Amino acid sequence: MSDQIVPILMPKWGLSMKVGTLAAWHVEEGTEIKPGDEIMDVETDKIANVVEAADGGLLRRCVGTAGEIYPVQALLGVLAPASVSDAEIDAYVDAFEMPEVEEDEEEVPSHLTIDLAIGRIRYMAREGEGTPVIFVHGFGGDSDNWLFNVDAIAADAPVYALDLPGHGGSVKTVDNPGLGTMVDAVIQLMDHLSIDKAHLVGHSMGGLVSGQTAIDHGKRVASLTLICSAGLGDEINSDYIDGFVSAQSRKELKPKLKHLFADEGLVSRSMVDALLKFKRLDGVQAFLEALKGNLFSDGKQAAGIAADVAASGVPTTVIWGAEDAVIPQTHSSAVKGAKVDVISGAGHMAMMENAGRVNELIKEQL
Amino acid sequence: MARMLSMKDAVNEALDQEMERDPTVLMMGEDIVGGAGAQGEDDAWGGVLGVSKGLYAKHPKQMIDTPLSESAYVGAAVGAATCGLRPVAELMFVDFLGVCFDQIFNQAAKFRYMFGGKAETPVVIRAMCGGGFRAAAQHSQMLTPLVTHIPGLKVVCPSNAYDTKGLLIQAIRDNDPVIFLEHKNLYASECDVPEEPYAIPFGEANVAREGSDVTIVAYGLMVPNSLAAAETLKKEGIDVEVVDLRTLSPIDMDTVIESVEETGRLVCVDEANPRCSIAADVSAQVAQEAFKALKAPIEMVTAPHAPMPFSPSLEDLYIPSPDRIAEAVRKTMGA
Repeated sequence: MSDQIVPILMPKWGLSMKVGTLAAWHVEEGTEIKPGDEIMDVETDKIANVVEAADGGLLRRCVGTAGEIYPVQALLGVLAPASVSDAEIDAYVDAFEMPEVEEDEEEVPSHLTIDLAIGRIRYMAREGEGTPVIFVHGFGGDSDNWLFNVDAIAADAPVYALDLPGHGGSVKTVDNPGLGTMVDAVIQLMDHLSIDKAHLVGHSMGGLVSGQTAIDHGKRVASLTLICSAGLGDEINSDYIDGFVSAQSRKELKPKLKHLFADEGLVSRSMVDALLKFKRLDGVQAFLEALKGNLFSDGKQAAGIAADVAASGVPTTVIWGAEDAVIPQTHSSAVKGAKVDVISGAGHMAMMENAGRVNELIKEQL
Repeated sequence: MARMLSMKDAVNEALDQEMERDPTVLMMGEDIVGGAGAQGEDDAWGGVLGVSKGLYAKHPKQMIDTPLSESAYVGAAVGAATCGLRPVAELMFVDFLGVCFDQIFNQAAKFRYMFGGKAETPVVIRAMCGGGFRAAAQHSQMLTPLVTHIPGLKVVCPSNAYDTKGLLIQAIRDNDPVIFLEHKNLYASECDVPEEPYAIPFGEANVAREGSDVTIVAYGLMVPNSLAAAETLKKEGIDVEVVDLRTLSPIDMDTVIESVEETGRLVCVDEANPRCSIAADVSAQVAQEAFKALKAPIEMVTAPHAPMPFSPSLEDLYIPSPDRIAEAVRKTMGA
């Protein structure tokens, strides 16, 4: 069989993903594909996203049918040069062993939890060699925001992604819902995991938390990657922040979430449902209101860290979605000496909307 | 943190967490602990299907095993509610509603209205409902229409474990009488349920599946049956939306009408008998509010106007099945 044949497989986004729906092909048989080209849409019960080609080549066969559900690692397409015969491709497709959908028997928990001084903290962990990377999500988010980043970065370094206090699966009764508490959570988790020094990657409020951690604990931070970060300017979209906090139903929440993406179609029903489930947990509403009051009251950001981050000497990359509707892209130039990359076609959730580019930039920091 | 939990365990967890949070929350009912002479948790029944198993050991002062007299303990629960407690009375089977109906529909449901809004009656009446349990005519009914008919009562009938926990917590915290109906054939169904307490507001339907061709409106066991029908119909190229009402009073007609305005076709699925049913109610409201959006006559799939048969094969025909639901959907598509 020709070793020039390269398969296109159903991706695995996060440990809990077992199957995905091939929603649509963006390319036809006979197309010459380059790495990074958008080739198909895949939907899981958690999220829908476009899949970029990992390899380049001539698309000889679309094996997967749009609208059908396939297990992770199932064969969806075949790349091969024109010199490979159709018969060889038929033989390759026939011989491909379609993976079974894994049963739950030996299910690996997708997250771990640890009781720290600050309370229970939930986090994701991937083993590896070298200085670890820690992902810090934004206001109202959780570690699942890094679904498209964790496994990609884990190829190069140990990776951790935590749920900040008040968020995700972490403690919901938080005494002082503010920046100091969030920084404490990051440091306490690092202490628990015996991590002396880590690369911090923060999104939005998580960027503010990461930056403040670098300012307060400079020796613990190897580098900063600040994505659409808070703390680098005054303005923040109050329609989003206030609307997110006050929304009590799907109808109220969904229009607010559209601020997060350049492509509003990415706001799926399951995403709205998951956030509503989070907001309805006892204590979360009061926590979000207090945190908003401390950090993002009346469309203004209370904390500014740009000058202190620049002064800290920690190598910093600032990444922004050009179409960010939550925090203005103009804030991207606030940190003197930082490397800046503005990604076109991406909104506030740039690490989801263009995971490939964000992952490249993170890897350049390692 | 969420983990898989059965609907039965979700009821237990909601009761446990609310009794822990608020000492005025208490449970009353027949055999909810263990009946006369039981020696603590080990001997306890924990209710006829073990729903409240283990709660007596944790909250001994909040669990009251009652005599076999629904009229007495449901009346006691209503009275206690007006005096500041938050009782959850377990009626075992909703079919026993008859003997304590005055306490519910002519007392609890009327107090807020008759006392000028000054009286509150935060009582929950929990009961198992529905068929498929080979329990014949007197233990299988879906009496949602009977209670939904009465102003002053809130009526809940969840379809899954996640909704069950959040709606039961809301029912306990609600300041009005709530009839909380648990389908006995869903007790084993599992889904992801957060460990933390949470409340789901009443009057908010859940779109359990999105689709563009036909809207199915359902609740309770009819939701999984409708979702199964939708899977079959997908293979035929029919894209079905399934709206789970979750609460029947208040009822979220906005979500139903929005959906019908998109699809133009409506199938109302109800395990209750057809006359004056939830299906008939939803059909009438859609015909009134969104007639011009309809591309086909509304279809109803319900139990027949007859008591539940004792014969298992007849019982299977009595309860609306995925096949019958799919057939009704095809009819709205002109097939």
